[in-house]
Amino acid sequence: MNPVSGSLGWWGVALAILAGAIRGGTPFLFVSVGECLTEKSGKINLGMEGTLVFGAMSAYAISYRTGSAWLGVLVAGLAGAALGCIHAWLCQRPKVNDIAVGIAMIIFGSGLAFFFGKPYIQPVAPQLPGIPLGCWSDVPQLRSALTICPLFFVGVAVALAARWFFGSTRWGLQVRAVGDAPAAARAMGISIVAVRSWSIIAGSFLAGVGGAYLSLFYPGAWTEMVPSGQGLMAVALVIFAGWNPVRCLWASLLFGGAQSIGPALQGIGVNSNYYLWNASPYILTLLVMVITCSPTRTLTGAPGALGEAA
Amino acid sequence: MNDAVDASLAPAGPGEAVAAPFALGQWRTKAELVAMPIGAVAMALALFGVFCRCQGANPFAIYAGIYRAAFGSWYSFQNTLIRAAPLMLAALCTALPARMGLIVIGNEGAMVVGGVGATALGLAVQAGQPGPAPMLVLTTMALGGMLCGGLWIAAVGALKHYRGVNETISSLLMNYIAIAVLNHLVNGPMKDPSSLNKPSSYPISDGNMLQNIPGTMVHWGLVYGLVACLLAWFLIEHTTFGFKVKVIGGNIRAARIAGIAVGKLTLVTCFLAGACAGLAGMAEVAAVQGRANESLNSFYGYSSILVAFVARQNAMATILVATLFGGILASGGSLQRDFQLPDATIMVFQGLVFLAILFSDSLYGKFSLFKEGGA
Repeated sequence: MNPVSGSLGWWGVALAILAGAIRGGTPFLFVSVGECLTEKSGKINLGMEGTLVFGAMSAYAISYRTGSAWLGVLVAGLAGAALGCIHAWLCQRPKVNDIAVGIAMIIFGSGLAFFFGKPYIQPVAPQLPGIPLGCWSDVPQLRSALTICPLFFVGVAVALAARWFFGSTRWGLQVRAVGDAPAAARAMGISIVAVRSWSIIAGSFLAGVGGAYLSLFYPGAWTEMVPSGQGLMAVALVIFAGWNPVRCLWASLLFGGAQSIGPALQGIGVNSNYYLWNASPYILTLLVMVITCSPTRTLTGAPGALGEAA
Repeated sequence: MNDAVDASLAPAGPGEAVAAPFALGQWRTKAELVAMPIGAVAMALALFGVFCRCQGANPFAIYAGIYRAAFGSWYSFQNTLIRAAPLMLAALCTALPARMGLIVIGNEGAMVVGGVGATALGLAVQAGQPGPAPMLVLTTMALGGMLCGGLWIAAVGALKHYRGVNETISSLLMNYIAIAVLNHLVNGPMKDPSSLNKPSSYPISDGNMLQNIPGTMVHWGLVYGLVACLLAWFLIEHTTFGFKVKVIGGNIRAARIAGIAVGKLTLVTCFLAGACAGLAGMAEVAAVQGRANESLNSFYGYSSILVAFVARQNAMATILVATLFGGILASGGSLQRDFQLPDATIMVFQGLVFLAILFSDSLYGKFSLFKEGGA
């Protein structure tokens, strides 16, 4: 199941979880930074799950058709942005609830992905290359653990750039203003609809790229089972990360690690409770939300207008 | 995220908010409440037709195909009703909490947990000596399914009330946890060693299965669904309990000031909602599958959310809408066979209906035809 653990025993488990943190965490990273951007503008996009699935399918299809995995990543982002346009338009209409639109987009995005993705379940598409950072080592498990997809570094760069964007740029300030106090932003002459639309579309672009990582690097295949709630968990993860893009990075690594506990244990032959271990990222998400949320106070870092009817 | 409760979701139309002394005087508002969802479904059908046309299929042939497969004959209509039964029950899982402003979408998880709980209890009871009466087995299963499903969604309500955890996200996460629990049980403690390809629990014996309604091939689960919808409708529209629920949905602060026990009502409503979905899971096990396995988490989860939204969270309307969407689910096979369309076609269509319904939300009050006091 997992190439990393194996003859190393419990060290193998630790290594596999560490490797899984980076491998499994990358899609979380993209989606959560994208969702962070979206939520900073005051709208929730629960449909990230659908965007992720659709992105995974488009990336795989394009990579198979053209032979270029990187083109697949780009198209996945654009496909995600296209779904983001629908969300942006619909959730800003009067009396329309953005969470409900998110649920609809999960169904619609996944439906489209499964519809168009049917012919691509069998064929093998070119994958993204891995950077062999472990080539100094003789231990094959370590080498495989340290083979990291360039998209991970892109994701880290995006998270850092997002912090700079929110902290030090005019546009970033506008996004935060729209998310915290729409009335004040409107008085300043900022177009709320435009800022929110661009935030949602850019966030969905990132989610699409996260989907591309799923189908083109790890697990590196396209089936209807490949995406399994990462988009949804990433939405919860943003709350945990306190709407801070850099903390999204740490949280993503944590979730990636949690996801790989089950397969890592199976790798050394611990098969008991395999299916329960598979639930660990979801349970972790739930626990994290129970700990960080509160019924009485607003969360630190939460955009002021988040979840309010426009 | 905390206050994601959105008054606009609470489906109480303007006509309902005002106690109507002149029942007939509000007919325009009522007509709007009926016409809007119908219009939205029609719009989705049109968009779906365009989508099919782009795929090289004739949309009108597909509409006719769906109609034939869903409502064309008594046989196919019975097929539709078999699918409508769990949809009615599971849709209440979204519809009831929605009346108090909570968007719960844990239908699938509650169905799975209810199905597993019902199977476990059913197996335990039917193993008793001497073999107990089928009625006893079925009653135990139904109660077990309702209890498990109810507690599952009540937990979502408790997390919302006591910790402020967003109920939509927590209920969706709990779907995944429920499926993991199901997989764990049917691959481990409950596994029937003879089920190789599709790990399943030991079967409920044939004599203890839920029977068909006499003269039909539709199982009694349909009656469960009808009764549950009628009871839910009565509860929400004609009792003080329902009134309080709607007050919470309209304005939670006002409800608190008025002394309504928000926490208790949240837990009870969520429990009832989950119990309905759990009963749907029980009916699937006791009437269709005969055992707990991964088939429990197919089809109905997302579809029932959609049913609740199209019915505008009204339990009575749920009966009709569930029948309609039962038909659409029933036609999935025919779309695959006759038009070579992938099975996800139905999912695309459902997504379009959902988007169209939400779009129609923004159009209420926009048409002068439906304005009270003259066109």
